[in-house]
Amino acid sequence: MTRRLRDVAVLTWRNLLHIRREPMQLSDATIQPVLFTLLFVYVFGAGIVVPGGRYVDFALAGLLALNLTTSSMGTAVGLSTDLNGGIVDRFRTLPMSRAAVLVGRSLADLLTALLCMSIVAVTGYAIGWRPENGVASALAGFAIFLFFSYGLSWACACIGITSKGPESAQGVGLVLIFPLAFVSNALVPTQHMPAVLRAITSWNPVSAVTAAARELFGNPNPSAAIQAWPMQHPVEASLLWCVALVALFGPLAAHLYRRRITE
Amino acid sequence: MRYGRTVTSLPTGKEPAIEAHGLEKRFGSTVALAGLDLEAPTGSILGVLGPNGAGKTTAVRILTTLAAPDAGTARVAGLDVVRDAAAVRRAIGVAAQDATLDQVLTGRQNLVLVGRLSGLGRREARARATELLSRFELADAGNRLLREYSGGMRRRLDLAASIVTRPPVLFLDEPTTGLDPTSRVRMWGVIRELVADGATLLLTTQYLDEADELADRILVVDHGRSIADGTAAELKARTGGARLEVTLAGPTDSAAAALAPFVSGSVHTSHDGRRLRAAVGNGDGLATAVVRALDAAGAVVDDVQVHRPSLDDVFFALTGHGPDGTELEAA
Repeated sequence: MTRRLRDVAVLTWRNLLHIRREPMQLSDATIQPVLFTLLFVYVFGAGIVVPGGRYVDFALAGLLALNLTTSSMGTAVGLSTDLNGGIVDRFRTLPMSRAAVLVGRSLADLLTALLCMSIVAVTGYAIGWRPENGVASALAGFAIFLFFSYGLSWACACIGITSKGPESAQGVGLVLIFPLAFVSNALVPTQHMPAVLRAITSWNPVSAVTAAARELFGNPNPSAAIQAWPMQHPVEASLLWCVALVALFGPLAAHLYRRRITE
Repeated sequence: MRYGRTVTSLPTGKEPAIEAHGLEKRFGSTVALAGLDLEAPTGSILGVLGPNGAGKTTAVRILTTLAAPDAGTARVAGLDVVRDAAAVRRAIGVAAQDATLDQVLTGRQNLVLVGRLSGLGRREARARATELLSRFELADAGNRLLREYSGGMRRRLDLAASIVTRPPVLFLDEPTTGLDPTSRVRMWGVIRELVADGATLLLTTQYLDEADELADRILVVDHGRSIADGTAAELKARTGGARLEVTLAGPTDSAAAALAPFVSGSVHTSHDGRRLRAAVGNGDGLATAVVRALDAAGAVVDDVQVHRPSLDDVFFALTGHGPDGTELEAA
């Protein structure tokens, strides 16, 4: 077991070195969050009226959701790069834990998510965002985001493992992840949307996580007025979604990986 | 035992370090291996020689636990590559044909990564990386990213990575393919050094001179099965020995008879009667004896050549095509 943990730690270190060296990956976790936060707050914030508060307080949880959701594609791209290059073959001839390749990847991506989240929060704080429910509650909100990000990275791992190369992983990721991020309550209030669209956004896990964070941060949460179970119980819904993502995509990724490397 | 996870029982006695029997592997309708047998005694270098697509890489992938055979068995360091795959991985070092190191890490970080994942402690892995970098003349490049390395440097680092834990059995898949001639010769020196401390090495190659240069025994593989096996000298002898070519100053009737004691078969004389050709058994000291005999027969000799068969000739003789797949030209 300690051997396995050490293999995971070594591969996590290796994957973090990658993020430091690849300008694109690094900008996904650092520059993009700052840019998105400033753009949305100052451009959208000028035009969107949020019932019961300021746009920056409403937007921050949504920006966390948006940035974490899109940066989870890094898992797909990273795994695909490893599998389509020769490095996984090298790992497979070493006397190491086989699961470490996947777990090391997901841990490195979790740490990247932590970095990305901190940058959004600090940027938001600098331009006026404030959590109103105390430190513990705010931390709980961040924890839900991290958990969600972790679950999502297992889903993206499945994309990465089944794709033919990093470019196609990125392509498939974009097609699936962008609607997930944007057809939600993350950046706009949803109660005036057409009924079908509103139903979709209400059951979108990104909406649940965003609503949960807004509640825990004590920020305006217009979704609380929507009569859908996840919007009425966003924290419970979020945790269920997170558990479901890990429980479904973790084993699926392991299965797909095993199948991919079996010759 | 130096390292907790590299504990390996070296094969004792006469047990070969690498052996395979009847390996078969197909990918869809393509037959990659059609019953391959091979054997490398402990401490020897086995050269697996064959053209592109002969099944060399597939064989290496099976022996290094990356692929499972459809039929047949293989043992490495006395361990079954399918049933004891995890233990086999502790006994082997592999340098594959494709880049299997991390482009985005430095040379040093790559070696540390391999060392750590093979079970070395942090300090041990770092010390070993430093040692290997200087041994493979990469000390100056140790802190540069692998993607900035030249082809030759990358191959050397690949070799270094394969011996981080001093494994007793090494597999090198076409270690010099794509290298310029200078880097190739340099690589040969490095490979000889790899086995200096007693490791068993299986080396695949498309280059006949490389097999001739490095291997103790050569296995010629074509279409997924072995078609010949032996030392370079034995293989050359199989093509029927050497070929004698004599050029005379002018046609001399007694010349053919004078050559008769040295040749196997008949002597072919050219139209103008000046050139004589024949197959000969053993080329050693032959030229001197031939010149003396022709002189005694009154022939004036312009030129004597004894052609020993190259491995290229061997390959043609065995397969009917060259190592690069070219058909044998009608002679």
